[in-house]
Amino acid sequence: MPVNPGVSIRDLEFCYREGDFRLKIPELAIARDSTAAFIGPSGSGKTTLLNLIAGIALPQVGRVVTGGVDVAALPDAERRNFRIAHIGLVFQEFELLEYLSVLDNILLPYRINPALRLDGAVRDRARELADRVDIADKLNRNPDRLSQGERQRVAICRAVLPEPWLILADEPTGNLDPVNKWKVLDILFEYAGRADTTLVSVTHDRDILDRFAQVVDFREFHAPADGRPLELSGPPRSVAGARLEVGRDGTG
Amino acid sequence: MRQILYLAWRYLAYHRWKTITLVGAITLIVYLPVGLRVLVDQSSRQLTARAAATPLLLGAKGSSLELVLNSLYFGSDHPELTRYAESVRIAESGLAAAIPLYVRFQARGYPIVGTTLDYFDYRGLEVATGRGLAMLGECVLGSRVASALGVGPGDFVVSSPESVFDIAGVYPLRMRVVGVLEFADSADDDAIFVDVKTAWVIQGLVHGHQDLTRPEAAAGVLGREGNRVIANAAVVQYTEITEENRDSFHFHGDLSEYPLTAVLAVPPDQRSSALLQGRYQSEEQAVQIVTPVSVMEDLLGTILTVERFVVAGAVIVGLATLATAALVFLLSLRLRRRERLTLFKIGGSRLAVAAVMASEVIVVLASGTLLAAGLTLLTSQFGSVTIRALLRA
Repeated sequence: MPVNPGVSIRDLEFCYREGDFRLKIPELAIARDSTAAFIGPSGSGKTTLLNLIAGIALPQVGRVVTGGVDVAALPDAERRNFRIAHIGLVFQEFELLEYLSVLDNILLPYRINPALRLDGAVRDRARELADRVDIADKLNRNPDRLSQGERQRVAICRAVLPEPWLILADEPTGNLDPVNKWKVLDILFEYAGRADTTLVSVTHDRDILDRFAQVVDFREFHAPADGRPLELSGPPRSVAGARLEVGRDGTG
Repeated sequence: MRQILYLAWRYLAYHRWKTITLVGAITLIVYLPVGLRVLVDQSSRQLTARAAATPLLLGAKGSSLELVLNSLYFGSDHPELTRYAESVRIAESGLAAAIPLYVRFQARGYPIVGTTLDYFDYRGLEVATGRGLAMLGECVLGSRVASALGVGPGDFVVSSPESVFDIAGVYPLRMRVVGVLEFADSADDDAIFVDVKTAWVIQGLVHGHQDLTRPEAAAGVLGREGNRVIANAAVVQYTEITEENRDSFHFHGDLSEYPLTAVLAVPPDQRSSALLQGRYQSEEQAVQIVTPVSVMEDLLGTILTVERFVVAGAVIVGLATLATAALVFLLSLRLRRRERLTLFKIGGSRLAVAAVMASEVIVVLASGTLLAAGLTLLTSQFGSVTIRALLRA
């Protein structure tokens, strides 16, 4: 496990091949074993920033250092190996495979990358995780026979099974009712606390911000007319020293 | 790779009906032309081999194909009948050995072949269990008939009436099985052999009944005019030939006029064959003599032409099916785009993601091809039996 502090970004510039979206982050740091929330309007670049941290998207300029590793500098295969071993991803739409049982969905990372080796201990861990989130009795079901909350719990188990030190969650409670929302958050925070894991989550839900140690509010940033970066002047708990800029018509 | 195959298996099992349909389509695409080719090849070989082993066939004028198929494969459609005299005529000509064939009746769906012992010698048929034909009313079974009917020496088989309405003509004859032939891998395996006279007994041309001079038959006697005795239906006709009643069986009419379906002529050399054929060239002749190989070659020519059309049709249908299958695969890949993106995002290796996506196509194509290969193997194993059954039908 890397010993370097969680995530540090410097002089980052990113745009998609098509469209006018631009993301510019002079500086951003997320402490190791910390929790951070990205909030802001749609299209402000929250999901894009998660993708950049995970190495799913690569910056045109600047550096994204995740766990001490400059992800963009890695070759594609190593970047995938790094991601599957060290980063757990949780999606708003769960992204479970309908044709796999709950157990097989949880074990999926071990089946799609030889960097992870599937053995009895991993299977035991998968069952234990399922038990912790109250889906142990549904391991043989397919996702279409689960409730929304149960599906997200399966997705969380899948994300944490390889024991990552970083969890990136993209609106993990966006499709859940209030009861399940708090349940899923409890699971994420409980795991992050127990396993000394860094948790970064995109959210539109201001009710849950209190639970995060660090909040990065993308509403504070907008593209200046002359293209110069603006200094960050976000809410009090925004991380000190972070500066972000995004284009108005971007996607996020 | 095991993990990828597992994911492929789960995907295909979850979408089982789509998978079965695609595998079925691929199987048919591959099997139709290949299986048909195997079947035609086997047909050609079998038809040619059996025909080549039958130098000349004589029968009544009419369809030479029907004559050959009936005589070689004992098909249920029998040709116009010829007379026993033609067999005698060939034998007396000294140009060929004559083996009479009377293939008209059936027992439990298998053809009864009335012939002489020369037929067994000529075809090289050996008795596996029991013995050969020796007495009237006995029969010897082809190996497949024996196993299909579950009968052997000492058992009986009963001939079937030609039709359910044939109550006045062909009587069912209970025939004692005296032997079962060795497996010959030919139409002879599917036949019941009797002496030609036994076949005439089935037809009622040779029959046995109560001795009308004995007192117990008096009730059936309507009148007497010298040597002629007129009897009614109350006289018991024997439906089985036994030691006790064998002597009562007798011919009515002129033996030379008794019917045959064909005469198998076996000339000793080409010259005799040519001379014999020459004798039957006349338009006035009521009979024809044919070379089975020539007839079969004509038939094979037709089969091959039909095969070309069928294969051409199968290829066109196959291409259309393949295009449809390709469309299904492409749509499936499109539908799985989100899954592909998820696998990429969570860190699936490039090869694994590609393999998971391609597995459906590969497994379906491989399964379809394997199934087609299996079907082709089955066709090659059982093709000859199927062909013979079709020819007999």
